[in-house]
Amino acid sequence: MSVSPQPAMPKSWRVESKPHKFCPGCGHGLVLKCLGEAIDELGIQDKVVFGCDIGCSLLSWDFFNCDSVQTHHGRTTPVMTGIKRANPDAICVAYMGDGGGYAIGIGGIVNAAARNEKVTVLLANNTVYAMTGGQMSPCTMPGQKVETAPYGRDPEATGMPTQGPEMISAITGDGAYVARGTTSNLKQLKSYIKKALQNQMEGNGFSFVEALAGCPTNWRTNAEKTWAFIEKEMPQYYKVGEKKNPFEAKKEAQQNG
Amino acid sequence: MSEKPITGEKRAFMTGNEVVAWACLAAGADIMYGYPITPQNEIMHYWTRQIPKYGRKFLQTEDELSAGFTTVGGVLAGLKAFTATAGPGNTLMQEPMSMAEMMRLPVVTIVQQRGGPSTATVIYSQQEVTLTTQGGNGEGMRIVYSPSNHQELFDYTIKAFNTAWKYRFPTFVLGDGYQAKLRESVTLYDPEEKGIERVPSEKYVGKPGTPGVDREPGHYRNTYNTEEELFEVLQQHFADFEKMTPEVVEYAQDNVEDADLVIVAHGVVFRGVRDAVKELREAGYKVGFFRPITLRPFPAEQLKAIANKTKKLLIAESAQGQLAKLVKDAIYGASAEIVPMFRPGVGITTEQIVAKVKEVL
Ligand SMILES: Cc1ncc(C[n+]2csc(CCOP(=O)(O)OP(=O)(O)O)c2C)c(N)n1
Ligand code: SF4
Repeated sequence: MSVSPQPAMPKSWRVESKPHKFCPGCGHGLVLKCLGEAIDELGIQDKVVFGCDIGCSLLSWDFFNCDSVQTHHGRTTPVMTGIKRANPDAICVAYMGDGGGYAIGIGGIVNAAARNEKVTVLLANNTVYAMTGGQMSPCTMPGQKVETAPYGRDPEATGMPTQGPEMISAITGDGAYVARGTTSNLKQLKSYIKKALQNQMEGNGFSFVEALAGCPTNWRTNAEKTWAFIEKEMPQYYKVGEKKNPFEAKKEAQQNG
Repeated sequence: MSEKPITGEKRAFMTGNEVVAWACLAAGADIMYGYPITPQNEIMHYWTRQIPKYGRKFLQTEDELSAGFTTVGGVLAGLKAFTATAGPGNTLMQEPMSMAEMMRLPVVTIVQQRGGPSTATVIYSQQEVTLTTQGGNGEGMRIVYSPSNHQELFDYTIKAFNTAWKYRFPTFVLGDGYQAKLRESVTLYDPEEKGIERVPSEKYVGKPGTPGVDREPGHYRNTYNTEEELFEVLQQHFADFEKMTPEVVEYAQDNVEDADLVIVAHGVVFRGVRDAVKELREAGYKVGFFRPITLRPFPAEQLKAIANKTKKLLIAESAQGQLAKLVKDAIYGASAEIVPMFRPGVGITTEQIVAKVKEVL
């Protein structure tokens, strides 16, 4: 019997810190794989400064062979903004969860987006505060049972899930790239992340990619149910696709002009 | 762009905030990240007016959390980055400064104290002593200078950048609303011409080469997985802080040798104390003063020696005992009696100090 070869790790991953520390089946690893491959393909490992938040994303503090800074809950965007402003040649990537980005860190993200900061924000939406044990997050879906909404999220009491990319595309100026991808379509997710990085490299504006990601541990799901949730439940509220694409806009302008 | 902001010595008559902006230019600060709050606003105003000439940068952020964290980012990128704040802004600033403490980032912050708690007044106090020396969830591994006039505001702001980059602890210049807004004479100078060592900055991230290929990646974190791991890291911080202390500690004292009473004060309150001691000595009172210039690290040994000789320590501060806490901690076990003169949120005049001394001596 032939042993199937181990799929290659992205070159920009740090071998010494593998196997990684996420739970089996976690979405973070997949998003970071797309990021790693995008970094490789763009040849920017020497320029990337990777910032991660508190939350499960913090487990990636030594994930890459890239300079990395792990900061406080919700503050990754301003830290990366500070680096980018000080060193415009750096390719700054802020990585966080939906709690870090849309609750505690919303001020940081909204204002960086409004200023069209030339940084790339990558946000893993797993609908929960995962690291702290599965509490309700801004992205918990109506009816979804979580630790602080044990009978299911009631939108009457707690509002509807935050639509990050939709909001960010509305408040960013020209040159911003905004998309929502999913770990159930890695090819597409990688292409979004790649464009988000390219957008920064070209100095166009803010780049933002939300990635729908699984948290089997807090969802208490097996492999099958995890995928069912990502593929069937999540897209009911979270529409995958590009929301704002300066590359397309440029192409259109050229065709029309 | 390489033009020097100051050459030779320049006499000027300006506000403290303007002095700070010039000091930051002279110190070679590269970038300011800031958020408006009175009474520090004009630091940003003067900075933004001057920087196009000298190729420096500025970002106005959405709040102090962001101002602090972008400053942290600027330092990580290897620039001499600074910010300025006061009162409730200083409260918010403690979160990024905790990170600077954990990662040993030489972030420079100018604090122009205002009244507290909370929004309180926009004018003056010395109520941010505890917050600035001990703020954040940690052990207060930071350097805090307390200037008392515009010349010192200039001198110590320059010094703050050098000390910060030399020892890699977050460093504060703890001014106040009076110093911020008052106009007085000052001599501006280029520190290099005075032979003041300009400690170079250094990149934490973005060094030349490809990480993992021809150099190790810089991985910086403020979260530790085990108690022991954090304990180890902190032991090193404490050891570095202790080693640095005798090199960094600054204080002034006068007439303490035969004194029955020594007045302890810092910042602008010290100005009234200095004049009061002169006046009281002329009237035959055996009075001296001790003034901590660094509130953190605190000149503990030096003050304890005095507290073992004199009968009374009169602590004069525009706060309800924040300096007194530092003093009591420093002199624990010494024989001097502590006499409080606490006036939170208001100034203290020479006359008031003279009257107080006559009352208690
Ligand atoms: C200021 C602050 N508040 C709260 C916490 C506790 N905390 C740590 S992780 C976390 C939740 C993270 O959730 P999310 O950002 O969605 O990321 P995930 O763990 O799901 O990847 C919280 C609330 C903290 N570390 N700091
Ligand atoms: S708790 Fe959830 S998000 Fe965190 S590592 Fe485990 S699976 Fe991933």
